[in-house]
Amino acid sequence: MGKNLFHKVFDKHTVGKLSSGQYQLFIGLHLIHEVTSPQAFSMLRQRGLKVKYPQRTFATVDHIIPTEGAERKRPLRDAMAEEMLVAIEQNTKEAGITFFDEKTGNQGVVHIIGPEMGLTQPGQTIACGDSHTSTHGAFGSLAFGIGTSQVAEILATQTMSMSKLKVRRINVTGKLRPGVYAKDVILAIINKLGVNGGVGFAYEYAGPVIAAMSMEERMTLCNMSIEGGARIGYVNPDEATYAYLKGRHFAPTGAAWDKALAYWKSIASDADAEYDDVFTIDGSALEPFVTWGITPGQSLPVTRSIPAVETFPSDERPLIKEALEYMSLEEGQPIAGVPIDVVFIGSCTNGRLSDLEEVARLIKGRKVNPKVKALVVPGSQDVQRQAEAKGLKEIFLAAGFQWREPGCSMCLAMNPDKLQGRQICASTSNRNFKGRQGSASGRTLLMSPAMAAAAAIEGKVADARAVFAMAGV
Amino acid sequence: MNEAAVISKVSGRAVPVRGNDIDTDRIIPARFLRCVVFDGLGPHSFEDDRLGLKAKGQTHAFDDARYQGASILFVNKNFGCGSSREHAPQALMRWGIKAIVGESFAEIFFGNCVSLGIPCLIADEAALGRLLAAAEKEPQAQWSVDIEAGKVTGPVNESAALPAGPRSQFLSGRWNSLNELLTNLAGVETVAAALPYVAGW
Repeated sequence: MGKNLFHKVFDKHTVGKLSSGQYQLFIGLHLIHEVTSPQAFSMLRQRGLKVKYPQRTFATVDHIIPTEGAERKRPLRDAMAEEMLVAIEQNTKEAGITFFDEKTGNQGVVHIIGPEMGLTQPGQTIACGDSHTSTHGAFGSLAFGIGTSQVAEILATQTMSMSKLKVRRINVTGKLRPGVYAKDVILAIINKLGVNGGVGFAYEYAGPVIAAMSMEERMTLCNMSIEGGARIGYVNPDEATYAYLKGRHFAPTGAAWDKALAYWKSIASDADAEYDDVFTIDGSALEPFVTWGITPGQSLPVTRSIPAVETFPSDERPLIKEALEYMSLEEGQPIAGVPIDVVFIGSCTNGRLSDLEEVARLIKGRKVNPKVKALVVPGSQDVQRQAEAKGLKEIFLAAGFQWREPGCSMCLAMNPDKLQGRQICASTSNRNFKGRQGSASGRTLLMSPAMAAAAAIEGKVADARAVFAMAGV
Repeated sequence: MNEAAVISKVSGRAVPVRGNDIDTDRIIPARFLRCVVFDGLGPHSFEDDRLGLKAKGQTHAFDDARYQGASILFVNKNFGCGSSREHAPQALMRWGIKAIVGESFAEIFFGNCVSLGIPCLIADEAALGRLLAAAEKEPQAQWSVDIEAGKVTGPVNESAALPAGPRSQFLSGRWNSLNELLTNLAGVETVAAALPYVAGW
């Protein structure tokens, strides 16, 4: 039996076995941001430790940064946000770590800038104090979120303690129909396997649907692995991966490119690789998905109605009832037609150029429903520049969307972008937890950018395939 | 063995928080992550859940006077899912929690708890049902979580275990792995030199 990518990459990065039975794992790329790193630098200072490999850590600011131009002037109006920004400026400067702030023109959501700068490559181990680090698995790397104590471990030693995971191969067969996207695929997988179905597993996504996906779509897919409980999700590298990387700032060139290509090909799962579990889902049968509850697993195709409480296993029913009450939705209610107050297009899940291009293509010449506040937040300054160069900004503004500066924004609302009161938001982000978007009673429906665009136009949840007359419905 | 850091038993009163899939946004809402130190997070544990219940005339266990000073938390399934924020176990720890017993835990949350010296023991659904009910019925009861024996004792006695690795970390006092990682920096350099992308192709 051959080896899968997880074991190949894990073994190459193993320094040794620890007394706990866990492994000391070398981390090839460490990404940091302003929220989960300041305490780690303090821990190092308290112990008199230095950053071991400053050139292997890269920093940006994304969570707390305002997305309205005037609000980004320093010092930031929010004194606490300013203190966090100052802390990461000073910590990176002291340690000699590259910090992609706004002045560099490379600022953005940490999981968007890593890939777009070519930092994220196949066969790496990648860690960041952020659970959506699984995004980088799209390139065939082992990428996972960590806590602040582990950020400190990596800063001090470039290693952390880690157990080997089991590997579940998820085959997505067939071909996606028009109007069905990577976001729908991952929401469907989480719905089927559950929000804790992936605990203890790395997910290897494969099959014809995955092979046909662009790198940006694969990032959307891997991004939400953690919402299914899997700390790691990855796709084996292929020609699409190499084509994406070629020419990017940190990608190897010349003779180094050929060596890199050989390494990248060597770490892909063998054709006869062994898996701890295999799950298959028919991509041809998928429809656009929408969440209706307070976990990313509480979802359904847009054509359906919210299932009756009694159709769920008895131990899940309290949470189902809690979700319905919180969302003010009822069992048996069709999800299409639920009124929407706010539309958020952005985040590390769906804030990339192709996401914005698709929405712009669909809404061109249409108008946002007057009762809806609609935001487009590009994932990075690079995404913003490219989108503006392609004329997308004008299309969004003409339709009534707000066009913002890059950041995490209303995905978790640590900056000024927040829901108010019980507002309900059609969001392209990754979490619909209670209070996630900045109001303790605010409500979130997760969906694809196209579905969010349809919600913006209609002012309610609507099937994007019908709203935009996509072929094949 | 680091004797000073050995954690083999946690004793005290227990606070019950029912519900599956309680995520780290609920344990500590994102607005409290606007900080550069973890101090001060404790009182904000479950803040929005607590306010939500208060608005309905109900009381969250963390607001209930009878549970103040508790050091053991009983929970259901997939506790701590979602964000990797260490702020969540930091907040619980600063509130006073020293051990958690649940049906299952999200992976990153579990690891963060290990780093902080908070054992998260796993018991089956029926056992948790009895533990939660007992803690609700007798808030003043004294409990003991025995990591070595894999037992929770109090008004009811139940088996609750840690996976072998973390169990040995707590029992040997090596739950904070930084010291051990630092002892092998030569090995780190050897691995780094052998990785083509680190060595510079």
